[in-house]
Amino acid sequence: MGEAIVVTSGKGGVGKTTTTANIGTALALQGKKVCLVDTDIGLRNLDVVMGLENRIIYDLVDVAEGRCRLNQALVKDKRFDELYMLPAAQTKDKTSVTPEQVKDIILELKKEYEYILIDCPAGIEHGFRNAIAGADKAIVVTTPEHAAVRDADRIIGLLEQSHVESPKLVVNRIRPGLVKSGDMLDIEDILQVLNIDLIGIVPDDELVIKAANSGEPTVMNPDSSAAIAYRNIARRILGDAVPLMQLDRKPGAFKKFKKFFGMA
Amino acid sequence: MTVKSKHVRIKGIKDGLIFLLDDKCPFEDLLSELRYKLEHSHQNILTGPIVHVDIKLGNRPVTEEDKEAVLEILKGQGNLLIRSIEALPVPGSEDNDALFLMSGILRSGQVLHHDGNLLYLGDVNPGGTITCSGDIYILGSLRGMAHAGVDGNEEAIIAASLMSPTQLRIADIISRPPDEWETRESSMEFAYLTNGAMQIDKIHNLVKVRQDLNVFKGV
Repeated sequence: MGEAIVVTSGKGGVGKTTTTANIGTALALQGKKVCLVDTDIGLRNLDVVMGLENRIIYDLVDVAEGRCRLNQALVKDKRFDELYMLPAAQTKDKTSVTPEQVKDIILELKKEYEYILIDCPAGIEHGFRNAIAGADKAIVVTTPEHAAVRDADRIIGLLEQSHVESPKLVVNRIRPGLVKSGDMLDIEDILQVLNIDLIGIVPDDELVIKAANSGEPTVMNPDSSAAIAYRNIARRILGDAVPLMQLDRKPGAFKKFKKFFGMA
Repeated sequence: MTVKSKHVRIKGIKDGLIFLLDDKCPFEDLLSELRYKLEHSHQNILTGPIVHVDIKLGNRPVTEEDKEAVLEILKGQGNLLIRSIEALPVPGSEDNDALFLMSGILRSGQVLHHDGNLLYLGDVNPGGTITCSGDIYILGSLRGMAHAGVDGNEEAIIAASLMSPTQLRIADIISRPPDEWETRESSMEFAYLTNGAMQIDKIHNLVKVRQDLNVFKGV
Protein backbone atom coordinates (compact mmCIF):
# COMPACT_ATOMS: atom_id res chain seq x y z
CA MET A 1 0.00 0.00 0.00
CA GLY A 2 1.47 3.31 -1.07
CA GLU A 3 1.46 6.67 0.61
CA ALA A 4 -0.58 9.64 -0.62
CA ILE A 5 0.91 13.07 0.03
CA VAL A 6 -1.01 16.23 -0.78
CA VAL A 7 1.00 19.33 -1.72
CA THR A 8 -0.92 22.40 -0.65
CA SER A 9 -0.39 26.04 0.30
CA GLY A 10 -3.58 28.06 0.51
CA LYS A 11 -2.10 30.92 -1.45
CA GLY A 12 -1.66 30.65 -5.19
CA GLY A 13 1.62 31.05 -7.02
CA VAL A 14 3.95 29.84 -4.26
CA GLY A 15 5.02 26.78 -6.22
CA LYS A 16 2.69 23.89 -5.41
CA THR A 17 2.72 22.50 -8.94
CA THR A 18 6.47 22.98 -9.35
CA THR A 19 7.06 21.31 -6.00
CA THR A 20 4.77 18.40 -6.88
CA ALA A 21 6.45 17.87 -10.24
CA ASN A 22 9.96 18.08 -8.82
CA ILE A 23 9.48 15.98 -5.69
CA GLY A 24 7.62 13.40 -7.79
CA THR A 25 10.39 13.28 -10.35
CA ALA A 26 13.04 13.15 -7.61
CA LEU A 27 11.26 10.17 -6.03
CA ALA A 28 11.16 8.46 -9.43
CA LEU A 29 14.87 9.25 -9.77
CA GLN A 30 15.35 7.28 -6.55
CA GLY A 31 13.65 4.34 -8.25
CA LYS A 32 10.24 4.66 -6.63
CA LYS A 33 6.91 4.00 -8.35
CA VAL A 34 5.24 7.38 -8.33
CA CYS A 35 1.93 8.80 -9.55
CA LEU A 36 1.22 12.53 -9.66
CA VAL A 37 -2.42 13.59 -9.41
CA ASP A 38 -3.57 17.04 -10.50
CA THR A 39 -6.73 18.05 -8.63
CA ASP A 40 -6.75 21.62 -9.93
CA ILE A 41 -9.74 21.01 -12.19
CA GLY A 42 -10.33 23.83 -14.65
CA LEU A 43 -6.85 25.30 -14.18
CA ARG A 44 -4.63 22.32 -14.71
CA ASN A 45 -0.91 23.03 -14.88
CA LEU A 46 0.92 19.93 -13.74
CA ASP A 47 0.82 18.42 -17.22
CA VAL A 48 2.42 21.56 -18.69
CA VAL A 49 5.20 21.65 -16.10
CA MET A 50 5.84 17.95 -16.70
CA GLY A 51 5.73 18.46 -20.46
CA LEU A 52 2.99 15.86 -20.88
CA GLU A 53 0.12 18.07 -22.05
CA ASN A 54 -0.05 16.60 -25.55
CA ARG A 55 -0.35 13.03 -24.26
CA ILE A 56 -3.54 13.51 -22.28
CA ILE A 57 -6.51 11.46 -23.45
CA TYR A 58 -8.73 11.07 -20.40
CA ASP A 59 -8.68 12.96 -17.11
CA LEU A 60 -9.68 12.81 -13.45
CA VAL A 61 -13.30 13.76 -14.11
CA ASP A 62 -13.62 11.05 -16.78
CA VAL A 63 -12.42 8.48 -14.25
CA ALA A 64 -14.73 9.79 -11.53
CA GLU A 65 -17.72 9.67 -13.84
CA GLY A 66 -16.84 6.24 -15.16
CA ARG A 67 -16.15 7.25 -18.77
CA CYS A 68 -12.87 5.37 -18.65
CA ARG A 69 -10.83 3.09 -16.45
CA LEU A 70 -8.22 4.62 -14.17
CA ASN A 71 -5.36 3.04 -16.12
CA GLN A 72 -6.55 4.61 -19.36
CA ALA A 73 -6.35 8.11 -17.89
CA LEU A 74 -2.83 7.75 -16.48
CA VAL A 75 -0.14 9.42 -18.57
CA LYS A 76 3.30 7.84 -18.51
CA ASP A 77 6.25 10.18 -18.09
CA LYS A 78 8.72 10.79 -20.93
CA ARG A 79 11.76 10.17 -18.76
CA PHE A 80 10.84 7.52 -16.21
CA ASP A 81 9.01 4.25 -16.69
CA GLU A 82 7.78 4.25 -13.12
CA LEU A 83 6.40 7.80 -13.11
CA TYR A 84 2.78 8.46 -14.07
CA MET A 85 0.43 11.40 -13.95
CA LEU A 86 -3.34 11.63 -13.62
CA PRO A 87 -4.31 14.95 -15.22
CA ALA A 88 -7.16 17.20 -14.15
CA ALA A 89 -9.92 18.19 -16.54
CA GLN A 90 -9.53 21.61 -18.07
CA THR A 91 -13.08 22.13 -19.28
CA LYS A 92 -14.95 21.52 -16.00
CA ASP A 93 -14.69 23.06 -12.56
CA LYS A 94 -13.86 21.90 -9.04
CA THR A 95 -17.42 20.86 -8.20
CA SER A 96 -17.54 18.25 -10.97
CA VAL A 97 -15.99 15.70 -8.62
CA THR A 98 -16.71 14.97 -4.97
CA PRO A 99 -14.15 14.31 -2.23
CA GLU A 100 -15.45 10.73 -2.03
CA GLN A 101 -14.76 10.12 -5.71
CA VAL A 102 -11.21 11.49 -5.40
CA LYS A 103 -10.69 9.39 -2.28
CA ASP A 104 -11.68 6.23 -4.16
CA ILE A 105 -9.32 7.05 -7.02
CA ILE A 106 -6.40 7.70 -4.64
CA LEU A 107 -7.18 4.46 -2.80
CA GLU A 108 -7.03 2.62 -6.12
CA LEU A 109 -3.70 4.26 -7.00
CA LYS A 110 -2.22 3.40 -3.60
CA LYS A 111 -2.47 -0.30 -4.47
CA GLU A 112 -0.25 0.20 -7.48
CA TYR A 113 2.16 3.01 -6.58
CA GLU A 114 4.56 3.64 -3.70
CA TYR A 115 4.04 7.40 -3.64
CA ILE A 116 1.06 9.41 -4.82
CA LEU A 117 1.63 13.17 -4.91
CA ILE A 118 -1.55 15.22 -5.08
CA ASP A 119 -1.29 18.73 -6.48
CA CYS A 120 -3.85 20.84 -4.63
CA PRO A 121 -5.50 23.95 -6.08
CA ALA A 122 -5.13 27.30 -4.30
CA GLY A 123 -7.87 28.22 -1.87
CA ILE A 124 -9.69 26.43 0.93
CA GLU A 125 -12.91 25.53 -0.82
CA HIS A 126 -14.21 22.49 -2.69
CA GLY A 127 -10.97 21.93 -4.59
CA PHE A 128 -8.99 21.81 -1.36
CA ARG A 129 -11.48 19.32 0.14
CA ASN A 130 -11.12 17.16 -2.97
CA ALA A 131 -7.34 17.23 -2.79
CA ILE A 132 -7.00 16.26 0.87
CA ALA A 133 -9.77 13.63 0.78
CA GLY A 134 -7.49 10.72 -0.09
CA ALA A 135 -4.25 12.03 1.40
CA ASP A 136 -2.38 10.42 4.30
CA LYS A 137 0.18 13.16 4.69
CA ALA A 138 0.62 16.75 3.61
CA ILE A 139 3.38 19.03 2.45
CA VAL A 140 2.62 22.70 2.95
CA VAL A 141 4.47 25.01 0.57
CA THR A 142 5.09 28.61 1.50
CA THR A 143 7.35 31.43 0.37
CA PRO A 144 9.09 33.88 2.69
CA GLU A 145 6.30 36.46 2.48
CA HIS A 146 3.80 37.42 5.15
CA ALA A 147 0.81 36.74 2.90
CA ALA A 148 1.98 33.23 2.00
CA VAL A 149 2.83 32.40 5.61
CA ARG A 150 -0.59 33.64 6.74
CA ASP A 151 -2.33 31.38 4.22
CA ALA A 152 -0.08 28.45 5.08
CA ASP A 153 -1.08 28.91 8.71
CA ARG A 154 -4.74 28.80 7.73
CA ILE A 155 -4.18 25.64 5.72
CA ILE A 156 -2.28 23.97 8.57
CA GLY A 157 -5.21 24.77 10.84
CA LEU A 158 -7.61 23.11 8.40
CA LEU A 159 -5.30 20.11 7.96
CA GLU A 160 -5.09 19.67 11.72
CA GLN A 161 -8.86 19.44 11.84
CA SER A 162 -8.85 16.83 9.08
CA HIS A 163 -7.62 13.24 9.00
CA VAL A 164 -4.31 14.20 7.38
CA GLU A 165 -1.24 13.49 9.49
CA SER A 166 1.16 16.15 10.78
CA PRO A 167 1.94 18.40 7.81
CA LYS A 168 5.52 19.17 6.78
CA LEU A 169 6.75 22.52 5.55
CA VAL A 170 8.61 23.48 2.39
CA VAL A 171 9.85 27.06 2.24
CA ASN A 172 10.16 27.87 -1.42
CA ARG A 173 11.93 30.62 -3.31
CA ILE A 174 14.31 31.84 -0.68
CA ARG A 175 16.75 34.52 -1.73
CA PRO A 176 19.66 34.28 0.69
CA GLY A 177 20.80 37.81 -0.10
CA LEU A 178 17.45 39.31 0.82
CA VAL A 179 17.16 37.22 3.97
CA LYS A 180 20.57 38.40 5.06
CA SER A 181 19.78 42.05 4.52
CA GLY A 182 16.61 41.56 6.55
CA ASP A 183 14.28 42.31 3.63
CA MET A 184 12.91 38.79 3.53
CA LEU A 185 11.44 36.67 6.30
CA ASP A 186 13.98 34.16 7.47
CA ILE A 187 13.28 30.49 8.10
CA GLU A 188 13.30 30.93 11.87
CA ASP A 189 10.58 33.62 11.69
CA ILE A 190 8.40 31.37 9.56
CA LEU A 191 8.89 28.33 11.75
CA GLN A 192 8.13 30.32 14.87
CA VAL A 193 4.70 31.19 13.53
CA LEU A 194 3.79 27.95 11.78
CA ASN A 195 5.28 25.59 14.33
CA ILE A 196 5.47 22.49 12.12
CA ASP A 197 8.37 20.34 10.95
CA LEU A 198 10.47 21.68 8.12
CA ILE A 199 11.11 19.17 5.35
CA GLY A 200 13.06 21.41 3.04
CA ILE A 201 14.06 24.84 1.85
CA VAL A 202 14.31 25.66 -1.83
CA PRO A 203 16.37 28.62 -3.01
CA ASP A 204 15.00 30.91 -5.68
CA ASP A 205 16.51 29.74 -8.94
CA GLU A 206 15.99 31.06 -12.45
CA LEU A 207 16.56 27.58 -13.80
CA VAL A 208 13.22 26.55 -12.26
CA ILE A 209 11.34 28.96 -14.53
CA LYS A 210 13.34 27.88 -17.53
CA ALA A 211 12.72 24.24 -16.76
CA ALA A 212 8.99 24.68 -16.17
CA ASN A 213 8.61 26.40 -19.52
CA SER A 214 10.40 23.62 -21.33
CA GLY A 215 8.36 20.90 -19.63
CA GLU A 216 11.39 19.43 -17.96
CA PRO A 217 11.37 19.39 -14.12
CA THR A 218 14.34 21.29 -12.65
CA VAL A 219 15.29 18.33 -10.57
CA MET A 220 16.75 16.70 -13.69
CA ASN A 221 19.41 19.41 -13.87
CA PRO A 222 22.11 18.80 -11.23
CA ASP A 223 23.58 22.28 -11.77
CA SER A 224 20.51 23.93 -10.27
CA SER A 225 20.56 24.63 -6.53
CA ALA A 226 16.78 24.16 -6.47
CA ALA A 227 17.24 20.70 -7.98
CA ILE A 228 19.52 19.68 -5.12
CA ALA A 229 16.96 21.03 -2.66
CA TYR A 230 14.16 18.99 -4.25
CA ARG A 231 16.27 15.86 -4.29
CA ASN A 232 16.99 16.39 -0.60
CA ILE A 233 13.28 16.69 0.12
CA ALA A 234 12.64 13.43 -1.72
CA ARG A 235 15.34 11.71 0.32
CA ARG A 236 13.80 13.05 3.54
CA ILE A 237 10.42 11.66 2.46
CA LEU A 238 12.15 8.31 2.03
CA GLY A 239 13.41 8.59 5.59
CA ASP A 240 17.03 9.69 5.09
CA ALA A 241 18.46 12.26 7.47
CA VAL A 242 19.73 14.94 5.11
CA PRO A 243 20.99 18.18 6.63
CA LEU A 244 19.36 21.42 5.50
CA MET A 245 21.00 23.22 2.65
CA GLN A 246 23.47 25.91 3.72
CA LEU A 247 22.13 28.90 1.83
CA ASP A 248 24.92 31.36 2.51
CA ARG A 249 27.79 29.00 2.00
CA LYS A 250 30.18 31.44 0.34
CA PRO A 251 29.52 34.44 2.56
CA GLY A 252 29.68 32.04 5.51
CA ALA A 253 33.19 30.97 4.65
CA PHE A 254 34.20 34.56 4.23
CA LYS A 255 32.70 35.44 7.57
CA LYS A 256 34.70 32.70 9.24
CA PHE A 257 37.77 34.10 7.61
CA LYS A 258 36.94 37.58 8.87
CA LYS A 259 36.24 36.22 12.32
CA PHE A 260 39.61 34.53 12.32
CA PHE A 261 41.26 37.86 11.91
CA GLY A 262 39.00 39.51 14.44
CA MET A 263 37.18 41.67 11.92
CA ALA A 264 33.66 40.45 12.74
CA MET B 1 -13.14 6.18 69.26
CA THR B 2 -12.22 9.34 71.05
CA VAL B 3 -11.51 12.63 69.38
CA LYS B 4 -9.46 15.01 71.38
CA SER B 5 -8.78 17.65 68.79
CA LYS B 6 -11.04 20.64 68.54
CA HIS B 7 -11.57 21.01 64.82
CA VAL B 8 -15.29 21.40 65.21
CA ARG B 9 -16.61 24.05 67.54
CA ILE B 10 -20.28 24.47 68.09
CA LYS B 11 -21.50 27.83 69.31
CA GLY B 12 -24.96 28.68 70.40
CA ILE B 13 -26.46 31.93 69.22
CA LYS B 14 -29.83 33.46 69.90
CA ASP B 15 -31.73 31.64 67.18
CA GLY B 16 -29.65 28.56 66.51
CA LEU B 17 -26.17 27.11 66.32
CA ILE B 18 -23.00 28.00 64.46
CA PHE B 19 -20.69 25.16 63.45
CA LEU B 20 -17.19 26.62 63.19
CA LEU B 21 -15.08 24.17 61.24
CA ASP B 22 -11.32 24.46 61.43
CA ASP B 23 -9.70 25.43 58.14
CA LYS B 24 -6.17 24.14 58.78
CA CYS B 25 -6.63 20.47 59.56
CA PRO B 26 -7.10 17.79 56.87
CA PHE B 27 -10.65 17.74 55.56
CA GLU B 28 -11.03 14.05 56.36
CA ASP B 29 -10.26 14.67 60.06
CA LEU B 30 -12.85 17.40 60.06
CA LEU B 31 -15.52 15.12 58.71
CA SER B 32 -14.78 12.29 61.12
CA GLU B 33 -14.78 14.63 64.10
CA LEU B 34 -18.03 16.19 62.99
CA ARG B 35 -19.55 12.78 62.55
CA TYR B 36 -18.32 11.69 65.99
CA LYS B 37 -19.63 14.76 67.74
CA LEU B 38 -23.04 14.47 66.24
CA GLU B 39 -23.36 10.75 66.83
CA HIS B 40 -21.76 10.44 70.24
CA SER B 41 -20.68 13.36 72.36
CA HIS B 42 -23.25 16.04 71.60
CA GLN B 43 -26.43 14.04 71.70
CA ASN B 44 -28.06 16.64 73.95
CA ILE B 45 -28.33 19.30 71.23
CA LEU B 46 -29.77 16.89 68.77
CA THR B 47 -32.79 15.97 70.72
CA GLY B 48 -35.50 18.52 70.97
CA PRO B 49 -37.01 21.18 68.72
CA ILE B 50 -35.73 22.14 65.29
CA VAL B 51 -32.51 24.17 65.43
CA HIS B 52 -31.22 26.47 62.73
CA VAL B 53 -27.60 25.84 61.81
CA ASP B 54 -25.02 28.07 60.15
CA ILE B 55 -21.87 26.34 58.92
CA LYS B 56 -18.64 28.29 58.63
CA LEU B 57 -15.77 26.59 56.86
CA GLY B 58 -13.33 29.47 57.34
CA ASN B 59 -10.66 30.03 54.73
CA ARG B 60 -10.60 26.47 53.52
CA PRO B 61 -11.07 26.14 49.79
CA VAL B 62 -13.83 23.58 49.33
CA THR B 63 -15.52 22.08 46.33
CA GLU B 64 -19.22 21.42 45.95
CA GLU B 65 -18.55 17.77 46.80
CA ASP B 66 -16.87 18.77 50.06
CA LYS B 67 -19.85 20.92 51.02
CA GLU B 68 -22.10 18.04 50.14
CA ALA B 69 -20.15 15.74 52.45
CA VAL B 70 -20.59 18.14 55.38
CA LEU B 71 -24.29 18.54 54.65
CA GLU B 72 -24.69 14.80 54.42
CA ILE B 73 -23.49 14.36 57.99
CA LEU B 74 -25.71 17.11 59.36
CA LYS B 75 -28.73 15.93 57.43
CA GLY B 76 -28.45 12.66 59.28
CA GLN B 77 -29.74 14.49 62.32
CA GLY B 78 -33.43 15.20 61.94
CA ASN B 79 -33.72 18.32 64.00
CA LEU B 80 -30.90 20.33 62.40
CA LEU B 81 -32.04 22.75 59.74
CA ILE B 82 -29.15 24.08 57.70
CA ARG B 83 -29.61 27.76 57.10
CA SER B 84 -26.31 28.70 55.45
CA ILE B 85 -22.92 27.34 54.55
CA GLU B 86 -19.99 29.70 54.19
CA ALA B 87 -16.74 28.89 52.47
CA LEU B 88 -14.18 30.31 50.09
CA PRO B 89 -14.65 29.26 46.52
CA VAL B 90 -12.12 26.87 45.05
CA PRO B 91 -9.74 28.32 42.52
CA GLY B 92 -10.80 26.79 39.23
CA SER B 93 -14.49 26.44 40.03
CA GLU B 94 -17.16 28.10 37.94
CA ASP B 95 -17.04 31.48 39.62
CA ASN B 96 -16.11 34.56 37.64
CA ASP B 97 -12.57 35.09 38.87
CA ALA B 98 -11.43 31.63 37.91
CA LEU B 99 -9.01 31.07 35.03
CA PHE B 100 -10.00 28.63 32.36
CA LEU B 101 -7.00 26.77 30.96
CA MET B 102 -6.58 26.02 27.28
CA SER B 103 -3.65 25.08 25.11
CA GLY B 104 -2.73 24.76 21.45
CA ILE B 105 -1.93 27.00 18.50
CA LEU B 106 -4.63 29.37 17.36
CA ARG B 107 -3.98 29.58 13.64
CA SER B 108 -5.02 32.04 10.97
CA GLY B 109 -8.78 31.98 10.48
CA GLN B 110 -9.50 30.24 13.77
CA VAL B 111 -11.61 31.85 16.48
CA LEU B 112 -11.60 30.97 20.17
CA HIS B 113 -14.26 32.40 22.45
CA HIS B 114 -14.52 31.86 26.17
CA ASP B 115 -16.95 33.18 28.73
CA GLY B 116 -14.89 34.18 31.75
CA ASN B 117 -11.14 34.53 32.15
CA LEU B 118 -8.85 32.56 29.93
CA LEU B 119 -5.29 31.36 30.36
CA TYR B 120 -4.09 30.25 26.94
CA LEU B 121 -0.94 28.16 26.81
CA GLY B 122 0.31 28.57 23.26
CA ASP B 123 0.53 31.04 20.42
CA VAL B 124 -2.13 33.11 18.75
CA ASN B 125 -0.96 33.47 15.15
CA PRO B 126 -1.65 36.39 12.80
CA GLY B 127 -5.20 36.04 11.53
CA GLY B 128 -6.27 34.12 14.63
CA THR B 129 -8.82 35.63 17.00
CA ILE B 130 -9.24 35.11 20.72
CA THR B 131 -12.24 36.64 22.47
CA CYS B 132 -13.21 36.54 26.10
CA SER B 133 -15.83 38.08 28.34
CA GLY B 134 -13.14 38.50 30.99
CA ASP B 135 -9.34 38.70 30.98
CA ILE B 136 -7.05 37.01 28.51
CA TYR B 137 -3.64 35.76 29.62
CA ILE B 138 -1.51 34.23 26.91
CA LEU B 139 1.51 32.14 27.87
CA GLY B 140 2.99 32.35 24.39
CA SER B 141 3.09 34.82 21.54
CA LEU B 142 0.12 37.00 20.75
CA ARG B 143 0.46 37.83 17.06
CA GLY B 144 -3.21 37.80 16.13
CA MET B 145 -6.20 39.66 17.52
CA ALA B 146 -7.30 39.53 21.14
CA HIS B 147 -10.55 40.98 22.46
CA ALA B 148 -11.05 40.99 26.22
CA GLY B 149 -14.24 42.05 27.96
CA VAL B 150 -16.36 41.48 24.85
CA ASP B 151 -19.56 42.12 26.80
CA GLY B 152 -18.40 45.62 27.67
CA ASN B 153 -16.21 44.97 30.69
CA GLU B 154 -13.70 47.83 30.58
CA GLU B 155 -11.80 46.39 33.54
CA ALA B 156 -10.67 43.43 31.46
CA ILE B 157 -7.02 43.10 30.52
CA ILE B 158 -4.97 41.25 27.90
CA ALA B 159 -1.59 39.87 28.91
CA ALA B 160 0.88 37.98 26.74
CA SER B 161 4.42 36.65 27.06
CA LEU B 162 5.19 38.14 23.68
CA MET B 163 2.92 41.02 22.84
CA SER B 164 2.94 41.69 19.11
CA PRO B 165 -0.74 41.65 18.18
CA THR B 166 -2.29 42.77 14.92
CA GLN B 167 -4.98 44.41 17.01
CA LEU B 168 -6.12 44.62 20.61
CA ARG B 169 -9.65 45.23 21.79
CA ILE B 170 -10.94 45.73 25.30
CA ALA B 171 -14.71 46.23 25.68
CA ASP B 172 -15.48 48.45 22.66
CA ILE B 173 -12.10 50.18 22.47
CA ILE B 174 -9.98 49.11 19.53
CA SER B 175 -6.24 49.69 19.42
CA ARG B 176 -3.64 49.00 16.79
CA PRO B 177 -0.09 48.68 18.04
CA PRO B 178 2.20 51.45 16.85
CA ASP B 179 4.94 50.36 14.52
CA GLU B 180 7.76 50.96 16.98
CA TRP B 181 6.46 48.08 19.10
CA GLU B 182 8.40 45.53 17.15
CA THR B 183 11.81 46.69 18.27
CA ARG B 184 11.06 46.71 21.99
CA GLU B 185 12.69 44.25 24.31
CA SER B 186 10.51 41.25 24.80
CA SER B 187 8.94 40.93 28.21
CA MET B 188 5.56 39.84 29.47
CA GLU B 189 3.14 42.71 29.10
CA PHE B 190 -0.52 43.47 29.47
CA ALA B 191 -2.98 45.88 27.94
CA TYR B 192 -5.64 47.73 29.92
CA LEU B 193 -7.95 50.71 29.61
CA THR B 194 -7.60 54.00 31.46
CA ASN B 195 -10.18 56.67 30.73
CA GLY B 196 -11.16 54.90 27.55
CA ALA B 197 -7.61 54.71 26.15
CA MET B 198 -5.58 51.58 25.82
CA GLN B 199 -2.26 51.34 27.63
CA ILE B 200 0.47 48.74 27.63
CA ASP B 201 2.59 48.02 30.66
CA LYS B 202 4.92 45.39 32.07
CA ILE B 203 3.14 42.59 33.87
CA HIS B 204 4.52 43.47 37.32
CA ASN B 205 2.61 46.74 37.15
CA LEU B 206 -0.66 44.83 36.94
CA VAL B 207 -1.23 45.54 40.63
CA LYS B 208 -1.65 49.24 39.88
CA VAL B 209 -4.69 48.41 37.79
CA ARG B 210 -5.96 45.53 39.86
CA GLN B 211 -6.03 46.62 43.50
CA ASP B 212 -7.93 43.50 44.49
CA LEU B 213 -5.08 41.17 43.54
CA ASN B 214 -3.25 39.21 46.18
CA VAL B 215 0.14 40.87 46.17
CA PHE B 216 3.34 39.15 47.13
CA LYS B 217 5.46 41.50 49.19
CA GLY B 218 8.23 39.19 50.29
CA VAL B 219 8.72 37.51 53.64
